[in-house]
Amino acid sequence: MSAAFASSRTNGSEVVKELAFFAVIALLMSVMLLGVETVDRPTGLELAVRWDLVLIAIGATVIGRLGLIFRRENISRLGQAVLITLSAVAVFEMFVRFRELDDRWVSPVFLDMVFSSVVSTIVGIAFVAIIFATAYFTMKDKTAADVDESAKLSSKIQLAYRSNTKKIGLIGIIFFIIFPFIFGEDRSAIDLATLVMIYIMLGWGLNIVVGLAGLLDLGYVAFYAVGAYSYALLSQNFDLSFWLCLPLAGIFAASFGIILGFPVLRLRGDYLAIVTLGFGEIIRVVLINWYDLTGGPDGISSIERPSFFGLADFSRRVPEGTIGFNELFGMEYSSMHRLIFLYYLILVLALVTNFVTLRLRKLPIGRAWEALREDEIACRSLGINPTNTKLSAFAIGAMFGGFAGAFFATRQGFISPESFTFLESAVILAIVVLGGMGSQIGVVLAAIVMIGFPEMFRELAEYRMLIFGAGIVAIMLWRPRGLLSFRDPTILLNMSQKEKVAGEIK
Amino acid sequence: MDWAYFLQQLINGLTLGAIYGLIAIGYTMVYGIIGMINFAHGEIYMIGAFHSLITFLICQAAGISGILPLTLLLMLFVSMVLTSVYGWGVERVAYRPLRGSFRLAALISAIGMSIFLQNFVQISQGARVKPMQPLVEGGITLMESANFDVQLSYMQIVIIVLTFVLMVVFSLLIAKTSLGRAQRACEQDRTMAGLLGVNVDRTISTTFVMGAALASVAGMMVTLYYGVIDFYIGFLAGVKAFTAAVLGGIGSLPGAMLGGLLIGLIEAFWSGYLTIEYKDVATFGILVLVLIFRPWGLLGKPEVEKV
Repeated sequence: MSAAFASSRTNGSEVVKELAFFAVIALLMSVMLLGVETVDRPTGLELAVRWDLVLIAIGATVIGRLGLIFRRENISRLGQAVLITLSAVAVFEMFVRFRELDDRWVSPVFLDMVFSSVVSTIVGIAFVAIIFATAYFTMKDKTAADVDESAKLSSKIQLAYRSNTKKIGLIGIIFFIIFPFIFGEDRSAIDLATLVMIYIMLGWGLNIVVGLAGLLDLGYVAFYAVGAYSYALLSQNFDLSFWLCLPLAGIFAASFGIILGFPVLRLRGDYLAIVTLGFGEIIRVVLINWYDLTGGPDGISSIERPSFFGLADFSRRVPEGTIGFNELFGMEYSSMHRLIFLYYLILVLALVTNFVTLRLRKLPIGRAWEALREDEIACRSLGINPTNTKLSAFAIGAMFGGFAGAFFATRQGFISPESFTFLESAVILAIVVLGGMGSQIGVVLAAIVMIGFPEMFRELAEYRMLIFGAGIVAIMLWRPRGLLSFRDPTILLNMSQKEKVAGEIK
Repeated sequence: MDWAYFLQQLINGLTLGAIYGLIAIGYTMVYGIIGMINFAHGEIYMIGAFHSLITFLICQAAGISGILPLTLLLMLFVSMVLTSVYGWGVERVAYRPLRGSFRLAALISAIGMSIFLQNFVQISQGARVKPMQPLVEGGITLMESANFDVQLSYMQIVIIVLTFVLMVVFSLLIAKTSLGRAQRACEQDRTMAGLLGVNVDRTISTTFVMGAALASVAGMMVTLYYGVIDFYIGFLAGVKAFTAAVLGGIGSLPGAMLGGLLIGLIEAFWSGYLTIEYKDVATFGILVLVLIFRPWGLLGKPEVEKV
């Protein structure tokens, strides 16, 4: 094996050629979009030049590439880490410079910023240290044995994960139940947890469609929107309470799922994806333009908040004839009560989704979904009706989307078509796939990574989505089959789950 | 029936359709060769539009914007070259490592790339709508009627003629050159083509480069035709162009062009005669109908299901 590695070593001039090639690529990519800025002036567009960004982009690319060459050729691990860190710092410097447009040539802004105060010095050094450490420890000198070793390790982790899913799940549930007791007074923490929980629920709902039945749905947000708008409209026009609307929203969304699914579910994967995407867009366009019903782009505001199961109300000034939640339990009034109640509500809804999914997986219909995902033709020859089976997955997934939508509407108190763009569908699908399709715990993990982290870094504002997009690509490249692995069919012929994993280790 | 109005919508529809068709070719070629939806292709088109806008501004600053043909040629050339590099880069970074992995991985990676590129342009060029002054003005009055003159603007002529020329060139490229032969071979069987000495990686990269070059031309046309661009134009155009590719039969070059023209016409007539707000609904409605009754598209071949 080592001979093969030695023979692949490239000589100096080839390395220079490769670096020059990437430098040219970086130059071509950055020369206009980075190097020139279009500035709005009263007289029209004008140009501002910022060649320093181009230079940094080229520098970052070349240094990063050199780091990858080091890695490929198994040259010093320290060198690899240093190069990668340098490249990352250069990229960071570039982003900082977007904001600081004056005095660009005076000094590297990054250094400037780092040494401007003690705190920022520490933050800056920590940033560099973290990247360096990550690079140093992940970019090991890889030999064939090491590769084997790491593959074994990841299989072991998977085996441990698979044989302990129940325990992990239980610990997770307990954590989420006691979460408000830990962060009870922290409004933003509860809000964030509620948001993450909404996405976990949506992820679990979509997981039925994508993970179990193998149907690629790019328009899941449509059902979310149907749920949200049906609650908002029913509550405003017919004065129905949240608890009555919740099942209705689910039913409406499921019916939409059936109406949409019936004609299109005969299609193959990618076609289905694009049709569902189109359907999502149609719903959004209709919501924007049907002004009389939906309020158009203005959306629907002051949607009724949920009561405590119709028994008590959470507002400070309780309407006539009802009592306040705090009075019911003899507590001081606190605006946190409603937030915590909402948190538990979505937690219960999400757990119901999870529970139903776990049960369905064991029923004939769940088995049929998995079988259909694996081999449609075989299913058809065995007498499974593919359209009905797919339709049921679609409708059930849509129903949970509808529940989540109704919850979203009541939590926000305001909805508009803005909240139901394609990006939402993409985020939900990304959560399912990044988690590892079909894996319930994977969805939780991915939702925390994808929703929780970006929300925590709100200050990054305009860079958030940029990093989000790059993050999706990076996670996909790092673990194409998801953070936690793919879920295999629940039952296989002649092979139990454990044996299969054990087989993988060998 | 007002024929003048009809004719005008027909012209507008064809122009729009030519632009969709050019983007659709990128989708159809990539789908044909590696079987994935290149979700970032709409963004490539948007980047093409920005490249041509910036090239124009540079020409203006250099004082050569008075020489119209030179400016147009420069815009075309620079935007094609620079945007192709993006096409190449996207494939290299986000898709090549995932080739051979399962299908959804590449699609998710493509969606991530699309979000990344959109936000990259938003940050580097600002979120505001960028206006562009009309370069090619004037036109021919084809028909005069009582209340309506049918106009065929020079810009529309440029768009239709340029699209036609590019279509011919690319069809010849695919049909006659060794590169095109390699592409067709990879489309049929990548492994076999590789065994017979076709450089598969390079062929796929070239496909992305060609698709990006055509999309950048579409981007330039839109910049000139509508006169406003922003960082968000890629998404809807991308979805519609993909619809066009599916409508025409994905994998088929003439199909993509035909699909593009049809989508453009449907949109123009729908906005002309019915409601302009629901034109996107019409497009997607047609897509659903086509897929139900003729899933392999208008010019595609029905796929035989293999066990």
